[in-house]
Amino acid sequence: MKATDLRGKTAIVGVGLGGLPSAPNRSSMEIQTEAVHQALTDAGLNLSDVDGLFTGSSHAFMPALSTAEYLGIRPKISDTTMIGGSSFVGHLLPAAMALQYGLCDVALICYGSNQGSGFGKLKSMSEPQTYEAPYDPRHPITSYALAAARHMHQFGTRREDLAEVAVAARRWAQLNPLAFARDDLTLEQVMASRMVNDPLSKLDCCLVTDGGGALVLVRSERAKDFPKPPVYMLGTAMAHWHRQISSMPDLTVTAAAESGPRAFAMAGLAPKDVDVVELYDAFTINTILFLEDLGFCAKGEGGAFVRDGRIAPGGNLAVNTNGGGLSCCHPGMYGTFLLIEAVQQLRGEAGARQVDNAHIALCHGNGGVLSSQVTALLGDASTL
Amino acid sequence: MTNAFSGSGPDAVFAAYLADGRFMLQQCDDCKKHVFYPRVLCSHCGSPKLTWQPASDQGTVYSTTVVRRKPEQGGDYNVALVDLSEGPRMMSRVDGLAPHEVMIGMDVRVKIIDEPGHGKLLVFMPTQGGGA
Ligand SMILES: [Zn+2]
Repeated sequence: MKATDLRGKTAIVGVGLGGLPSAPNRSSMEIQTEAVHQALTDAGLNLSDVDGLFTGSSHAFMPALSTAEYLGIRPKISDTTMIGGSSFVGHLLPAAMALQYGLCDVALICYGSNQGSGFGKLKSMSEPQTYEAPYDPRHPITSYALAAARHMHQFGTRREDLAEVAVAARRWAQLNPLAFARDDLTLEQVMASRMVNDPLSKLDCCLVTDGGGALVLVRSERAKDFPKPPVYMLGTAMAHWHRQISSMPDLTVTAAAESGPRAFAMAGLAPKDVDVVELYDAFTINTILFLEDLGFCAKGEGGAFVRDGRIAPGGNLAVNTNGGGLSCCHPGMYGTFLLIEAVQQLRGEAGARQVDNAHIALCHGNGGVLSSQVTALLGDASTL
Repeated sequence: MTNAFSGSGPDAVFAAYLADGRFMLQQCDDCKKHVFYPRVLCSHCGSPKLTWQPASDQGTVYSTTVVRRKPEQGGDYNVALVDLSEGPRMMSRVDGLAPHEVMIGMDVRVKIIDEPGHGKLLVFMPTQGGGA
């Protein structure tokens, strides 16, 4: 038995979004449930078919219990592994295992939050860290600012490079009717944006929006029985090296440098094979770090890699094609949206933002303060 | 070495030393590496044989940021990661100069201050030209 046994054995047959671009006066559970309904409709299934539940929450202590009760389902297996915003990419692994061992037949991954309309700022259940809290870091931006400052010091990365990431995300969002932030955005506007934690300005930060996402997964042997073209899980790997930023070994190298190669190995693929890339861009520095750590460019060259619109529409590499957490949506935890955008691209359903000949997508989830990293490679039927 | 599994735990011991104005670090009897934050087991090798030692109080700024805050709420302040000369990294703040003047690579040394509303707090001062 080995990790590669899971390659191609699980198929995503339904995806759904809820609460985008905003959902005033709707609760987190209501937004999540809209996404679940859309995903099941997409798959041609009913709630009663769901017997595996994989979820997480920014507000519920026992999210599987709350979600199952609200939906009126009785899962045979639930998993709520909480590793921050990457959790939902991470849920691919227990979902694939549960399906493969016959512990369930239809797995549902879901998340929803109303924190754009409900709170207006990031809501997190994250507890203060005893040895950091006395210095009053702002969670989570201070940690990401420390990483960005170190990357700039060590590799000469510029604020303009960070701004390129924000502008590229906005240009993709302008092609996505569900994206929250679609106004024109220039490098100059990002550079002039209010500084929050040096070197990160307001426009280097992800949005705080409403939103929900859901995915329906089955064993690949029955994937062709569903209405939409299946998208297969080719490889997924998780790594985490720290919880708080002061315990991160090297602020310029995330555990994506481990999760990426393991996911590629499971999939039998390399970065050059990837057609579309969805990276968890909580802050602009994330995109640069993950492009490096996942092998799309060498360490330290992420700044140059994103310059001159190279990851924007029409660039060299299609990155964060829905507009990302920076411009599409970020309802506290963004993991489901990485997967859903990848599925829509691989199905050819992405409308004006569709990437030509998209057969292989990489989704990369981040959680905590660059803490948990989960890389997933998805492919259409041609990749099996 | 104290018994790792009885008496006050490492968090409480560290806090008691700090309240007494002392910065103490755990060092592993087995692998000889230092550990911070305080732990029951060495995070390098898993050994329970950790011994408290006075810190050298010397460090280098590994990264730094200015947390922007409105003047009426107290104004901007520094948050830094400092690599202690013993090896471990910690979050802290560099005092004795403006928040934006703190630079990566700067040599700093420990100063234990009385922080209003907090008690003893471990901060750093520039080694060159810093105050007391
Ligand atoms: Zn040791």
